[in-house]
Amino acid sequence: MNVSFEKVSVEIGGHRIVNNVSLTVPSGSVLGLLGPNGCGKSTLLRTLYRAQKPSSGTVLVNGTDVRSLDGREVARRIAVMAQESTQEFPITVREMAMLGRVPHQRGFGADSAADHELIDTALREVGATHLAARYFAGLSGGEKQRVLLARTLTQQTPVLVLDEPTNHLDVAFQLELMSLATSRGITVLTALHDMNLAGEYCDQVALMRAGELQAIGRPHEVLDEDAIRAGFGVDSRRLEHPLTGRPLIAVARITPLPAPAAQQQPINHETEIVKENA
Amino acid sequence: MLMILIYDIVCSVNDFLRTPLDPPRPVAPSPWPRSAAWRRHGTALTLSTSILLVILVSASTGPLSTSLPETAKIIAGHLVPGMAWMNDGSISVSQDQAVWNFRLPRTLLAGIAGASLALAGALLQTNVRNPLAEPYILGVSAGAGVGAVLAIVAGSTAVAGLGLNAAAFVGAAGATALVYLLARQGGIIAPSRLILAGVALGSLLAAITNFLTITTEAQNVYSVLFFLLGSVSAASYPQLILPGLALAGVGLYAMLRSRALNAMLAGDEAAIALGVNVTAMRRTLLLATALLTATTVAVCGGIGFVGLVVPHAVRMIVGSDHRRMLPLVILGGGLFLMLTDLLARTIAQPAEIPLGILTAAVGAPFFLWLMRTSGARAAGVEQ
Repeated sequence: MNVSFEKVSVEIGGHRIVNNVSLTVPSGSVLGLLGPNGCGKSTLLRTLYRAQKPSSGTVLVNGTDVRSLDGREVARRIAVMAQESTQEFPITVREMAMLGRVPHQRGFGADSAADHELIDTALREVGATHLAARYFAGLSGGEKQRVLLARTLTQQTPVLVLDEPTNHLDVAFQLELMSLATSRGITVLTALHDMNLAGEYCDQVALMRAGELQAIGRPHEVLDEDAIRAGFGVDSRRLEHPLTGRPLIAVARITPLPAPAAQQQPINHETEIVKENA
Repeated sequence: MLMILIYDIVCSVNDFLRTPLDPPRPVAPSPWPRSAAWRRHGTALTLSTSILLVILVSASTGPLSTSLPETAKIIAGHLVPGMAWMNDGSISVSQDQAVWNFRLPRTLLAGIAGASLALAGALLQTNVRNPLAEPYILGVSAGAGVGAVLAIVAGSTAVAGLGLNAAAFVGAAGATALVYLLARQGGIIAPSRLILAGVALGSLLAAITNFLTITTEAQNVYSVLFFLLGSVSAASYPQLILPGLALAGVGLYAMLRSRALNAMLAGDEAAIALGVNVTAMRRTLLLATALLTATTVAVCGGIGFVGLVVPHAVRMIVGSDHRRMLPLVILGGGLFLMLTDLLARTIAQPAEIPLGILTAAVGAPFFLWLMRTSGARAAGVEQ
């Protein structure tokens, strides 16, 4: 199921967060969205799963405008692993994972045997079977991410949206999660900060800055030294990974930042007043 | 009766749909040795039986002596036509009156009120995703208070001939509408704004109520206080209709939307991603809560604590899944207030204690005890 954004702009409170972004994600491919904090990655993704209405432009899933579908239909096509997770009420890991079945069920009847099997499989895949009876609120950050990933898997959608999925994760699970998500043959859109993860797992990388799409293409074509310098304000070199032989981006800040405005002497305002009065 | 019938049916349908599918799930070692299904069914069954029992005991308790079998006979005689004992003189007219016209309606009203307030509390807590929410934060009871006090203080002349209950309902509905409008911004109701608007407006209305109370003649003060603290002593069958209908309607709606309510527990963003129209859902739930609370408060006055505590107590027992929790909240709320009413009219006979005092006096220690148990700690009450 392919996804395309056509001239999508988002304005919130008079600020243009996303400006005229057009891009297409072919069916079954993985797109990584990169860019500094606040560049509009999450907002762009939110227009896809209808949490944010674009002020202009359309978002299409398999050629259908997502705004023309109802929430349930969108939720059967697109699963989301977002950054927030609230925990005011006691909810078990199993119940959290079972929420992925909500768009597929009706009424107040039972969860079917098939539903339970899906949950078991998903929890096993993300390595959270042993957590099933625990309360979600009591988990560590990494364990929570595992459970939220399991929820998206039980949702069984052809499109998966991940918003900075590797936050709070140790290196091993970062790699595990990315390969779990990208090896299923479904279309994946993910906001990322780690350029090497993007290079490793994404078919395409889109580089955003200040709401605009700077570049899109194969990871190591887009992520050259100039683009990284322009996008993030850091210097970088392309290396060869000593173990895998694949390209590796090493970042550092060697060019000094623009000099800050000349520092003023601290002023004691009381002496100023005394002077004035004198 | 109506309420129990409806919810027993809903519960058993619910259980029937779920039963054959539950056993095979291989859950990791649970703190409860028995299966969750057993626990849920057992609790629902216990509550339903207890409710029937309490209705019987409550209907046979009062200054005029009626034994349990006599009470059962009277109730059965009214429900099933042609029972011999109704006319053979074995039951006196005053016994019949006491059971059928006084004790039974007040017991049923207590049940409906308890169930309504508990359900309203559960829905509101989920809706604003705040464990401290309770039905009265919408300003409903404060509005009802102003309406009722106006009716008592000014007499029917000033309030366009509205009776106490009607005036209370108008006050409650008006206050809710105002809170709703105040909390709305750009068509969206933010939970935090709703709570703040409700609390602020509630304080304002309470100030008006207090001013009216303190400046009225002394003889009125008692009636005002009695209404504000809640009572079902003047219940009659017609009074059951509106609250009963509201409870049945909202109860059915809430259970049909249980899955969406579950999704809302995970946060707005997650709920949207799971296909729930959060904005519309929040608005509907708000209206449903206001309807439940206003119809109840108009008849029974401000019975506090039920709406806050019953949902939490039920969550501690069966967890937060609304499919399991809502039926038990309704049954538990009903049972709790029926028992409280029984207590309210027996411990200080012949005087009656307002319900609101007892719900807090009995409910708070029970809740605190429950909160300190290990189940509650596991459920994340203490973090």
